[in-house]
Amino acid sequence: MKNTLLALAASAAVLIPAVASAQDDPTKACFIYVGPIGDFGWSYQHHQGLLEAEEHFGDKLETAYLESVPEGADAERAIERFARSGCDIIFTTSFGYMDPTNKIAARFPDVKFEHATGYKRESENVATYNSKFHEGRYVQGVIAAKMSEAGVAGYIASFPIPEVVMGINAFLLGAQSVNPDFQVKVVWANTWFDPAKEADAATALIDQGVDIITQHTDSTGPMQVAADRGIKAFGQASDMIEFGKETQLTSIIDDWGPYYIERIQAVIDGTWEQHDVWEGMAEGHVVMAPYTNMPDDVKALAEETEAKIKSGEFDPFTGPIKKQDGSDWLAEGEVAEEGVLLGLNFYVQGVDDQLPQ
Amino acid sequence: MFEAILLTVSMAATPLLLAAIGELVVERSGVLNLGVEGMMIMGAVTGFGVALMTGNPFLGALAAIIVGALFSLLFAFLTLTLVTNQVATGLALTLLGLGLSGMVGESFVGQPGVRLPRLDVPFLSELPIVGRLVFSQDLIFYVSVFLTIGVAWFLFYTKAGLTLRSVGDNHASAHALGIKVVRIRYLAVLFGGACAGLAGAHLSLVYVPQWVENMTAGRGWIALALVVFASWRPLRVLAGAYLFGAVSIGQLHAQALGIGIPSQLLSALPYIATIVVLVLISRNRRLTMVNTPASLGRPFVPDR
Repeated sequence: MKNTLLALAASAAVLIPAVASAQDDPTKACFIYVGPIGDFGWSYQHHQGLLEAEEHFGDKLETAYLESVPEGADAERAIERFARSGCDIIFTTSFGYMDPTNKIAARFPDVKFEHATGYKRESENVATYNSKFHEGRYVQGVIAAKMSEAGVAGYIASFPIPEVVMGINAFLLGAQSVNPDFQVKVVWANTWFDPAKEADAATALIDQGVDIITQHTDSTGPMQVAADRGIKAFGQASDMIEFGKETQLTSIIDDWGPYYIERIQAVIDGTWEQHDVWEGMAEGHVVMAPYTNMPDDVKALAEETEAKIKSGEFDPFTGPIKKQDGSDWLAEGEVAEEGVLLGLNFYVQGVDDQLPQ
Repeated sequence: MFEAILLTVSMAATPLLLAAIGELVVERSGVLNLGVEGMMIMGAVTGFGVALMTGNPFLGALAAIIVGALFSLLFAFLTLTLVTNQVATGLALTLLGLGLSGMVGESFVGQPGVRLPRLDVPFLSELPIVGRLVFSQDLIFYVSVFLTIGVAWFLFYTKAGLTLRSVGDNHASAHALGIKVVRIRYLAVLFGGACAGLAGAHLSLVYVPQWVENMTAGRGWIALALVVFASWRPLRVLAGAYLFGAVSIGQLHAQALGIGIPSQLLSALPYIATIVVLVLISRNRRLTMVNTPASLGRPFVPDR
């Protein structure tokens, strides 16, 4: 039933031309979002990037977007429609758009395609991009270990994909750098977006004694529960301070604007080339929301950690690091290879959970 | 700890119970309204919006009830007066609700909401375990429980309830007896809409006081399944909603405790439980026949 519904919803999705232009031949950038732009999380932030680009280019740029496009066959139709309607560059912003993007790209060699969080670039006109969110998670871990009295944080996770596992590991490594005995309890919500279920997960974790909540799901539900119960929490994807003025310690903000502007500029200049970028704090793609609700020394430590990661002086995945079962992963001073991280499927030592396989 | 879990369970069960009890009355009158999700989400956005603008969550809940009912009126007009296909119309209602609520609610995104206050019964709310659970809940919880009991009484112990069931079982005979089939169905659908609207308001005013698009996240469909699960009996809907709530909260606790069961399996548990119960129920064919409204989903044109 639900699948039928989603399929219907996709065909009912409306193409929205956002800016009409007076100039002769404006460049047209098109975006495909997996969620509604009102999710106040992942898709919302991508849309903020679109708005930033619009503001930057003015009437040199024409944009269009489709929201709530299900991953899979419907995505293929949506991407093809964009490719046919004169888009010069198409951003497909979810992991599940990977195969449809490559398939359509092969048929429209003159259109540039940018796929977020994927790894397949089967034709010359497909580029991929992603952000190092785990850098922010490491900083959060440092803060969590300083702020927690129980020594245990609750982690609401979505799906056991490398991206999420990387986040849990980075968070715990950050925490262990302050308190070697720090623990993380993980609850898998098995959804990216269900405010009520995420809130329930937060409640369950708090009832079991955690006093810091962090999440890798997209809604503000957990933040509100944490605020209600008087403990601290971290926001996700966007600044959620409005939902926990006394609760949010900081939040990882995805800032896609600079990247979108850079890539659209490349199309205008005719210098666009295929690439695969994975950038983080240093490039301004991962931004920390203001550090709030914490003592000055914790804030100073967080800022110091952030600065070290930003300058490239320190990488969150620097050895010695042991795997969950106690075996060695990285030796002293060794830094994890990007390829390994992007396929990460194991926990580091100290995670109180079994990774779903 | 145990008390805290029970509280969360009742929180998770209340919107399901409300939406399901409304749909039960609708289906007992012989109409299948698949638009529960759409009516719920309209209730959620209305409840949130009105509470935000007036600062009064009770007004928000009231507005959600009215909008839920108005939205279902659209369904009633199409299926009962114009005799369109109920399944297609219900699906359309859900799609319309999801889209419309997103549009209406655009300016509410990212704004913290107003929570419906808890009502404390003096003294009783301080009793151990049951005190907090039974005597210190929000208004919508009490409404959901009393409404369920009220519907059970209405359907099986009043003449009006008998009339409604007769319309659902055989609308031609009921019509021949001079019962106003279409009018009764209109009322039933409106009641269902009002309940779904209030269920939505529970989500955006109590459960997670905020508005985000698609925040019902499929709960309307679960409510629909619960009605079948309960073989159209109100008290079984109550049991089903709490069972579903208990399993979905229990699995989160099991995960947090670090019990070594794959989380995907745990997440699927509520649905597996539903399927198992459905299979068990449908094995007893006679019982199913007795409880299923015989005219469910069949169109009715009065002048024949």
